[in-house]
Formats: sequence, structure tokens, C-alpha cells
Amino acid sequence: MSEVQEYTFVDFKSALNVRWCPGCGDHAILNTVQKAMAELQLKPEEVVVVSGIGCSSRFTYYMSTFGFHTIHGRGSAIASGVKVARPDLKVWHITGDGDALAIGGNHFIHTVRRNVDLNIILFNNQIYGLTKGQYSPTSKHGFVSKSSPFGTVEQPFRPGELTLGARGHFFARTVDRELKLCVDVFKAADRFEGTSVVEVLQNCVIFNDKTHQAITDKEFKDDRTILLEHGKPMIFGKNRDKGLMLEGLTLKVVQLGVNGVEEKDLLVHDAECTDSTMHLKLATMEYPEFPVALGVIRSVKGAVYNRDVEAQIQEVQQNSSVKSFRDLATRGNVWEVK
Amino acid sequence: MKDQNVMGKSSKVIEVDKIAVRFSGDSGDGMQLTGTLFSQTSAVYGNDISTFPDFPADIRAPQGTIGGVSGFQVHFGRGVSTPGDQTDVLVAMNPAALKANARFMKPGGTIVLDVDSFDRKGLEKAGYKTDDPITEDQLDGYNLIKAPITTLTKESVKELELDNKSVLRSKNMFALGLVYWLFNRPIAHTQAYIKTKFGKNPAIMQANLLVLQAGFDYGNNIQAMTPSYHVSPSENRKGIYRNLNGNTAAAWGLLLASEKSGLPLFLGSYPITPATEILQELAARKDLGVKVFQAEDEIAGVCTAIGASYSGALGVTSTSGPGLALKTEAIGLAVMAELPLVVVNVQRGGPSTGLPTKTEQSDLLQALFGRNGESPVVVMAASTPVNCFDYAFYAAKIALEHMIPVILLTDGFLANGTQQWRVPDEGDFPVIELPRTRQKTGEFKPYLRSEDKLNRDWVVPGMKGYEHRIGGLEKDAVTGNISHDGPNHHLMVSLRQQKLERVAHFVPELEVVGDASADLLVVGWGGTFGHLYAAVEALNKEGRKVALAHFNYINPLPLNTAELLGRYKKIVVCELNMGQFAGFLRMKHPQFSYEQFNKVQGQPFTVQELKEQFVKLMEA
Repeated sequence: MSEVQEYTFVDFKSALNVRWCPGCGDHAILNTVQKAMAELQLKPEEVVVVSGIGCSSRFTYYMSTFGFHTIHGRGSAIASGVKVARPDLKVWHITGDGDALAIGGNHFIHTVRRNVDLNIILFNNQIYGLTKGQYSPTSKHGFVSKSSPFGTVEQPFRPGELTLGARGHFFARTVDRELKLCVDVFKAADRFEGTSVVEVLQNCVIFNDKTHQAITDKEFKDDRTILLEHGKPMIFGKNRDKGLMLEGLTLKVVQLGVNGVEEKDLLVHDAECTDSTMHLKLATMEYPEFPVALGVIRSVKGAVYNRDVEAQIQEVQQNSSVKSFRDLATRGNVWEVK
Repeated sequence: MKDQNVMGKSSKVIEVDKIAVRFSGDSGDGMQLTGTLFSQTSAVYGNDISTFPDFPADIRAPQGTIGGVSGFQVHFGRGVSTPGDQTDVLVAMNPAALKANARFMKPGGTIVLDVDSFDRKGLEKAGYKTDDPITEDQLDGYNLIKAPITTLTKESVKELELDNKSVLRSKNMFALGLVYWLFNRPIAHTQAYIKTKFGKNPAIMQANLLVLQAGFDYGNNIQAMTPSYHVSPSENRKGIYRNLNGNTAAAWGLLLASEKSGLPLFLGSYPITPATEILQELAARKDLGVKVFQAEDEIAGVCTAIGASYSGALGVTSTSGPGLALKTEAIGLAVMAELPLVVVNVQRGGPSTGLPTKTEQSDLLQALFGRNGESPVVVMAASTPVNCFDYAFYAAKIALEHMIPVILLTDGFLANGTQQWRVPDEGDFPVIELPRTRQKTGEFKPYLRSEDKLNRDWVVPGMKGYEHRIGGLEKDAVTGNISHDGPNHHLMVSLRQQKLERVAHFVPELEVVGDASADLLVVGWGGTFGHLYAAVEALNKEGRKVALAHFNYINPLPLNTAELLGRYKKIVVCELNMGQFAGFLRMKHPQFSYEQFNKVQGQPFTVQELKEQFVKLMEA
């Protein structure tokens, strides 16, 4: 590349020492976000990182951009306020499975519904790390933790399903240790206008180590995940010999070359399809029945809240004779004392 | 019913300084509009006005029952400061309206009845046991104007061939025309209103105009039998006037603050009685560039406002008591991050859902102390419907200039009450000066403070070279980096408290009204001003030595508070709660002793009960 790059990833690093546990997945996410921002050539002064509470939310302090470390669960509401008031800013919201889906669930779904132009990076480690090991709303049924010594008796949320249920326009999934995929997905999220939800399968080395290992380990990941790319057939496996087909209304894993199945028979990923039915199927695929979907699962253009707010103001202002407070106060039912 | 109208005498004119009229009928009778139109005409004529709507909490209560009665009281004349304890003239469109309001009548007052609705069925629905409600409610001795309003309304529009429903909907105009006659008021202002309002529907416009005129003419024709009133105009300053209620006034004060600070106004809010009108008014103000975010809940309302404030807007949230409770944690964040934020809390009866449509002053302690940690915020209170405008403006000014959250307390009584309001001149309100940074780029210290206000600099995203991180964690006193250091925390807690106390140097001193050498000092705050003032004024006229100190700035208290309280032998703190401000004064100025007068009935004080109480205290 011959272009002069004004910013490199170092320009997005703050002077503070990063204090996450050694081996925590958060380090990789931080580095890849910084790398994505540099590759996007964002200006640090125009980036606002808003976080809630939890290990992930310390992220803000490690960025050299503007940052606001807020309160538990309310990050998406505060980020919405920032973006609606200042649509010129690039607003990134860093959150976790507890912050976004438990205490902040209401704000999360409504932010997604409104499609405010935010990048929401959801660190999903299926545990409360900062409070030292209680189950979270994404912990699997039966999960044993400090607050569920006999296993949980509740069903988890699946972030993709929740996002699409809230009429989300963008959903992607990546894994903390897949650095290139993280950078690609974060860049796609930033380029998308609207609420981009990126679920990062993140490892908590202390309280929930290896929770995603069954799918993310180098040895199995090619057979247990599928990287979805828009316009490309859904192929996966170490030997690129497996794929996804639709049988009736359900997805089915097939072996290429068996029973006459060829590549042309496989589903082709359409991330831009308005109908979310297929995206929901893909986002909710779970190992071992299915490979876990990675990459941009859904990316559909739609009405964007902050853009429509600006448009409505412009339209009203063009047609209104009220240009100042005095215009407002002196019109209508008034009388004069002379 | 016995006819008490006596024919043949010439009309008597009663001269008064002020008078209270109450329009009362079924929810669907248009009484709120009738009252509003009457108050506008009175204000245009030059009277002071104070109004109070009293409508049912149910949207559609059963017709003809007491639960469905909707009333609107207008107090007008010279020196009016409350909507009036009692009603001089009652318009009762049906028996339920009479039943509901009879106890508020001033002895010897005038009652206008629509006799057509006083049939057996109507009387039964209203709970009258006999066919003679006047005797049953002991209303003999009042001036009764028994007008066949329904019949005459039908009669006056019969040529228009309207459907029955449209005809009946215009009978409020008959009552209004008649009341205009009673007070020698021209109907021109209301005629102009009708022409604008129904311009697109000529038949309805014509009907309303005819009925209004018919009501007025009816008064003229029966003048022999009834007195009419001459109410003194007040001497108002030159200028442009309009009527304004407290919620609109608060919304408008914020609009002026936006203009005077050069910052866009952002409101994050969730509908809640009785504060919703602020949200609605500002949502309509896209012409002035206001961004209104109707949030998913009260928490998101304040959080979006904080986000907007962080990014450089005038961030505001509006709510009532239960909503303020939900916003608690987020307000603490604004305290900690030291961001400007205005919270308008329109108080209502509590706790919990309480009495949503009734007034109370019981959120004071919540506003002062309802947060975790040492979490000082500025607390102010408006005291009349129209000064909600002034205090909303100053709440924003203080928040922006001192980098601190401000809670402005109003209440249901102020929010729904109207007064005439003079549109301020350009110079009536000061410019708001923002604490923009003078620090150099690349070395920005977010928690470096100014010497006079102890506020920090306001740097907003987009300013290259000033990138920094703030948040809810305790931070180093200078660099703003996270700090868990004990002595630093102590310092920061003290600094935030001192920053609050510095605000007192920038607000007016407390003034006393009434007898300068009084024995009894009445102390009040917020929405009770009108009633306290009227009671003190009345007692002063009777030669009683009593004065009033009314607080608009509560945290911090005005600098001269102690000096002023110390001048009086006896202090009585009057509040629509169980003594919250009295408790706060005891905490801040324990050297004085405070008597209390408290009421929690969802209603304002009455001037009468205040007078009685003060006399009792003075004679004790």
C-alpha cells in the first residue's frame, strides 16, 4: 500500500498499563479493535468508547480516544445519547454478557430496535468475572458456578437470537483468539450504519477457562465452526469437505461427495437478505449438532435512528417560522400591555 | 326545584379586587377549554390570573357521576397569587358537578346551573336523595342562575341542522358567554379563537359562535335578577403577555437556556404523570433544534441525557418521584464524572405510585440525599407556575457553569396551574458562560479545577489533543486516572462538596416579604408560595406581625439563611410533606427552633387554614 497512514494501532493505545489477567481474551480484543481503528483510519479525537461495568468495561481506559466508563448495564443508553447528540462521532460500546444481557437487557434490545449507529462489542465469556465467578445469562443450563453450586436451572440467552429478535440489522460473531477475523469483523461493524452487534466468544482464564474451547481450539475449530462470507457457499471443515444445506425448513450438515452432494447444492450466504429467518438459523447453530457460525451473519441496511432525528429536525426547521425562542414565545395567544 | 329568581329589579354591580370562578361538568363537557378561554380573556383584560384544573385520574369515568366531574378554577383580579381557596361563582353543568363542588362555595356566591340536566336520573347519578339539591346541600341564600342551557343551546343553532352530538358539544360556549356577561367581559377574544380553531369546519364554527352569543344575550336578558361583577385590573408592566402553565414554563426556560448557552438541547425522558407535558412540549420543538429521546425507561431517559451532556449538549431529563428513584444511580454518575445535567422532577403524591394526579412536596429528601455515597447535587425549587421558566433557566445555567447535576423540583400544582406571563426581553436573562478549557493540547488534566467555582473544564469529544477518559470510578484529583488511594478519595469527596457549596456565591440572597418587624417568620419552599404569600399578606392587612421567607435555592442554602432566620422569635416551616425541609434546616442550622405545619392530602394549602394556624402560633 502506497497510501500514507496517518494513524497506526499504537495511536489508539493509552498510557495506562493494561491490568486484565494474563491470558485473558480481552487483551486480544483490545489489540484487534486498535488495529481495526488504525486500518479504518479513524481519528482518535472523533472516537468515543463507552463502556458499562465488568472486566470488559475497563477497555475504555486502555484507549487513547475519548472514553466514558459508565454504570452497570446502561452503556448502550449513554452511548445512544452521545451518538444522537453528536452524530459526527464514531461511538463504540464495549460490554459483556452480564452488562448487556442481564442488568442492561432492556437498553440493549431497545438500542438494537432503534438501530442507533453504534458498534456494540459484546464480550461473551459466559461468566461474571469481576465479581469472581457467578453464572451469567449466557451460561449453559446446568452450569456450576459460585452462585449455582448445584448447576443453574435457567436457560441461557443466545446473543444472536436476542439481537435478531429485537429486529437487529447487523450481527457478527468472532473468537478472541482469531485475530484476523476480529479485525475484519470490527471493520465491517464500523462501516455498517446502524447498531452493529459483534459477539466475541471470549475466554475467562480464571473463572471459566476453556468455556469455548470445544469450538475454538486450533485442533477442532475448522470442523466445529463455519466462517460465513457474503455471497460464498457455506463450506467448512479442515478439508473443506462439509457444508450446509436446507432440508425443508431446517439446516442440515452434509458431506461433499456423499450421496451426490456437490458444492453447487450448498447454501450461499446472503448477509444482506432483509428476511432474518435464515440469519436466525445460522446465528443459533450450536456444536455438536452444527458448526458455530462466525463472521458477519447479518448486515441489512435500514432506517437509522440518529440519521432520521437529524432529517426530521431539518424538515421541520425548513417549514417553520419559529427561528428563535422569542419567535415561539410571542406567537399564538398573546396580548400586549402598552 | 323552587324558583328563586325574582323579576323586576335593576342589575346590581359588585366591585371586587379578585374573584374565583369554577367551571365544572362532565369530563366530556369541555370544562378545561372553557376555563382556559375565560382565563385568557381575563388576562387580556388586564387581570392577574391563577388557574387550577381539577380533573379525574380516569380518562373516561362514568358520565354524570361525581367521579367523572372535571373542574377548572380561575382566580383573577388584582394581586392574585393562588387559584383561590373557595369559589365565588360556580358553573355546574350537571347535578354531579354541583354535588362535587358545593362544599367549596363561598357563602353568598353565585351558582349557574344547567337546569335541563337536573332531572330525576341526573340527580340520582350524582347521589342526591331528593329532587331539591339546593336544600339538600344547604345552598339557600346563594344567587342561583337556573339557565336552561341545553334547551337554549339547541334553540340557538336549530337552523344549522347539526347532529345532536355536535350541538351538545357546544353548550359549554353558552355557559362561557353567560359568565362573560356576569363579569362584563367582551366575547371578542373567544370569537377570534373559535374562528381559528374551527376555521376548517364552518358549521361547527358557526354553532359555537351562535351559542357563545346566546349565552351572553341570556345574561343580558336576565340582568334584572342577578348581580354582575366588576373586577379590578392589575397594573402590569409593558410588554407582550400570554398564559403559561408550569410544565410549559419549565420546558421554555430550558429552551432559553439552550439559546443563551449556544448548546443544543437534548431531553431524554419517559412519560410519567404529571411531568409528561414537558416531554411533549419539547418533542414539538424541532423548529428550535431540540432533540427529544423518548427512552425505554426512566433510567435510559437520564442516561441518554448524560451521554448527550458528555458529548457537549445541554442534557436534561424530566420525571416525577418514582422516576427520580429509578434515575438515582445515573445521577450519581453525573456527580462523579462532574458533568452538567438538569433533572426536572415534578412532584406528586407518594410513596410508590401514590397519588399520581395530586400535588405534594415529598421528594425533597430524595432529591437531596437519594443516592449512594457522598453525592451532592444542587437542589432548587420553582414557586409559581410561571417562575418554573426562570428556575429551569437558572438550573441549566448552574449545571453548565458549575459542571454539576441540578435537580429542579416543581409539583403537580405548579405544573398544571397557569398564570399570565410576560415574555422576557432580551436582557432579562444573562448569557450562560461555559467552562471551556484553557489548558494546552496534549497535557489535558480533566480534573484540574477553577479557583472560584472549583469546577473542572468542559472538553467534549472531537477536540484533538484533549482525548481523555472519565467514568464512575474514583479518580486522581488532577490527572483523572483511576485512583483507589484513600487520602485522594477523601480529598475528592471534599472537593465535590465544596464545589456544591460554592454555588451559593452565585445565587441571590434570601429575601423576606411581609412585616419587617415580625414576631413570626413563615418559612416555605417551592409550590406553596402563592398560598403562604396570600395568608401572610392577609394577616399583615389585619395588623398581624408576620413575615414570609420562601426558598427557591435549597442545596446549597442561600448564604444569608442563618442571619435571616436569627432575626425572628418564632419560625414555622410549612410544607406539603411531613417536615422534610424543616429537618434539613435543623441539620444545617441547628441553633434555631422550628415549628412545623404539614399537610399531605394531595391538595395545596388553603389560605384560610394557614391564617388560622399562624394566628394560633402567634397567640401561643
